[in-house]
Amino acid sequence: MKKLLGIAIAIAALMVLLQGIKDLPPWGDPGQPASLHVSPRYIERAVGETGVPNFVTAVLADYRGYDTLFETAVIFTAGVAVLMLLRRSRP
Amino acid sequence: MIREQEDVIIQTVCRIFIPFMQIYSLYVLAHGHGSPGGGFQGGCIFAASFVLMAIVYDLNEVKRRFAEKIVILFFSLGVFIFAGMGLLCLLLGGNFLDYGVLSTILPVDPVMARYYGIAAIETGVHITVMAIMVSIFLDLLTGGLHEKAVEEAYDRDNTQ
Repeated sequence: MKKLLGIAIAIAALMVLLQGIKDLPPWGDPGQPASLHVSPRYIERAVGETGVPNFVTAVLADYRGYDTLFETAVIFTAGVAVLMLLRRSRP
Repeated sequence: MIREQEDVIIQTVCRIFIPFMQIYSLYVLAHGHGSPGGGFQGGCIFAASFVLMAIVYDLNEVKRRFAEKIVILFFSLGVFIFAGMGLLCLLLGGNFLDYGVLSTILPVDPVMARYYGIAAIETGVHITVMAIMVSIFLDLLTGGLHEKAVEEAYDRDNTQ
């Protein structure tokens, strides 16, 4: 009974998500909203503004520097957490 | 895995292979400006060389070359370099992580200052990722034992 209920909920959620698909812009469409906001500026000016030939790196480390800083901080936190969880002084 | 391996072929191949892995890791770091790559990937490759070293030789070999104290120091050092670059930019009158202002202390124009700023923070990321990977690997391998306890276990294994 519980399993049937779960399946029904999953199918209902799938239907809701499929309803949303028809409103998405076509895949790879350069005119979609996500491509019109900051992407053209990055593509046009990243190389000129940072001198880095690979603008993925320019976005990662310069325009989105905060993001990368805290990604590093997350890795640091993960390492410290493993250290705290596993560390013991005797077997 | 604490016990020492004795296969001469594997040890010799890996002795030749490990330095190339580490140089390749630095290449991935340095070439992150022009191709896919950068600190995260390069750091993982560098850590993989230590994992290989631990598998082929033994744990003490890794600990001898890369002591645990230094591992722990390194994973703070990377974040420190990254945040320190941001703070340096702040002190020079720019925004946090705005590398353009580094041109006041480097003999280059602001565009190239950004280039070198990105290189510096990628180095910080590289050091942190490498040290964290090695640290997690060592902790999982030894069950989180301190160095001394591992040595005791090693002695016990050898005397048996």
